[in-house]
Amino acid sequence: MNAVAYTRFELLRTVRNRRFFVLSLGFPLVLYLLIAGPQRHNHDLAGTGVFAPLYYMIGMVSFGTMSGMMSSGARIAAERAVGWNRQLRISPLSTRAYLRAKVLTAYMMALLTIAVLYICGAALGVSLPAGEWLHMTVLILICLIPFAVLGIAIGHMLTPDSIGPAIGGGVALLAFLGGTWFPISHSSGFLYTVAQILPSYWLVQASHVVLSGHAWPARAWVVLTAWTVILALLARRAYRRDTGRV
Amino acid sequence: MPVPHNDTRDGAIATSGLRKSYGQVEAVRGVDIAISSGETVALLGPNGAGKSTTIDMILGLSQPDGGSVSVLGGTPSAAVDAGQVGAMLQTGQLIRDLTVGELVAMVASLYPAPLPVVEALQLTGLEEIAGQRTQKLSGGQTQRVRFAVALVSDAKLLVLDEPTVAMDVEGRRSFWTTMRELAARGKTILFATHYLEEADAYADRAILMAHGLVVADGPTTEIKAMVGTRTIRATLPGAELDALLALPGVSGADRRGESIVLSCADSDAAIRALLGAHPDARDIEIAAAGLEEAFLQLTAEDAGVGAPVERVDEQAGIGRPDGRASEDAGVGARADEEARTGAPGKRANA
Repeated sequence: MNAVAYTRFELLRTVRNRRFFVLSLGFPLVLYLLIAGPQRHNHDLAGTGVFAPLYYMIGMVSFGTMSGMMSSGARIAAERAVGWNRQLRISPLSTRAYLRAKVLTAYMMALLTIAVLYICGAALGVSLPAGEWLHMTVLILICLIPFAVLGIAIGHMLTPDSIGPAIGGGVALLAFLGGTWFPISHSSGFLYTVAQILPSYWLVQASHVVLSGHAWPARAWVVLTAWTVILALLARRAYRRDTGRV
Repeated sequence: MPVPHNDTRDGAIATSGLRKSYGQVEAVRGVDIAISSGETVALLGPNGAGKSTTIDMILGLSQPDGGSVSVLGGTPSAAVDAGQVGAMLQTGQLIRDLTVGELVAMVASLYPAPLPVVEALQLTGLEEIAGQRTQKLSGGQTQRVRFAVALVSDAKLLVLDEPTVAMDVEGRRSFWTTMRELAARGKTILFATHYLEEADAYADRAILMAHGLVVADGPTTEIKAMVGTRTIRATLPGAELDALLALPGVSGADRRGESIVLSCADSDAAIRALLGAHPDARDIEIAAAGLEEAFLQLTAEDAGVGAPVERVDEQAGIGRPDGRASEDAGVGARADEEARTGAPGKRANA
């Protein structure tokens, strides 16, 4: 059994699906240029002392990677709709190998999104020491784990026509509450309390930690681990139940 | 999963008292099937007989509500995980953005000892379109790719659920040629069909299902004799049904308005006798009885359920025992089925 070959074909399929590929990468890119472009000389965004293109680069990275992770769910829903899921169930492909391939494919899209936005950010004047780029990227990739699992879970629970709005709305809400579009801090009151228990907040913080030099708090690990475990259980249940004709 | 207590321990498939309901609908109501290694068996029955539900349970895609199923001596999922089962499901399209060759290679990579991809493509006549993207295939080509996906496993057991649906005449012919080749290699093959002539021509044995039950199980010749009746319809006002029933070859007589309908075990003898006794009979039609009608009668006798009902729309050409003119009619029947299963009142099984 060669799960590597299966993963390779999954990656190939993703790259070949041009519309999916171009839209997934292009949308955050265009949005970033529209928002950050006019503010490329603003070195003190909203009194935070943060360079505006850097702030929006980070926000867009979290938004784009979140969308990328969740849209792997849309691909799963499409596969289920044509019955391919059932075809895989009658092959020796293990649940673990299947999920691994899906997660790796989602991460490939996330890494590409990150790379594209970093390049754009650098073009707009963002400049960080190499160690900080790396530190930030590693933290972001870790914070994406719950979103990868969430994508798989909804992919096995929703149909192709309902998953579009679910992802669109879900990502918008999580991005808003996570502080992607504007800084959320102690002064945000109730919003701050809610944000702290969301994985999207910590995804944004992953990069802010680097900016501000604050330590990465232990409760971030607790929140991320809790979401990952709960969503993984949900995803596993959804996958196991999902053997019927859609 | 309990080990079946009958003598099929070394058999390929053994089910005992298999049951499955979907809500109020009992799709499978106690099915016992035993298939030995190397056999080619047709699971024959009209739409809604419980064939696909039974196959889903054999493949481990759904769990029985009751009874047991053993595949190659173990549970269905053990056989599947060991790569010993290749299957072609009734419904299903292909995933997009791969070529035909790549898709078959992808599936081959999941099995411990697959056929060479080239061989699978040759067996299914797909070499010429191996480089084509899966989303650009015709219905018949898609069906052949799905067949290639099932057989590239080189599994001991092949389970095919209505494999020839959507294939054209030529596609069917080459499909069955390949199936014979696979049977000659010692594969155990179980295929579901609602075409009597397919079961007759390609299976050693046929298992008839209707209303979630096995209503007959035996060599295809016997099955054919059981359900291979024809009907004679004629406009014949004023004829006595009792007298018609007494004619040679006639096993049933019925009146519908001015018409009479005779069920015949031997329609040749019956028509001669009918014209001898009633030279004024006109608008005469002789037709193969549909499997559905035959099954409904069988189950009505066996289990006291499912009294014969008029379902003329579905009978056209299903399982013509003469094997003629059934290709086109089969497509028509398929379209009917899709129209019905697509309707809001979802059928538990097709």
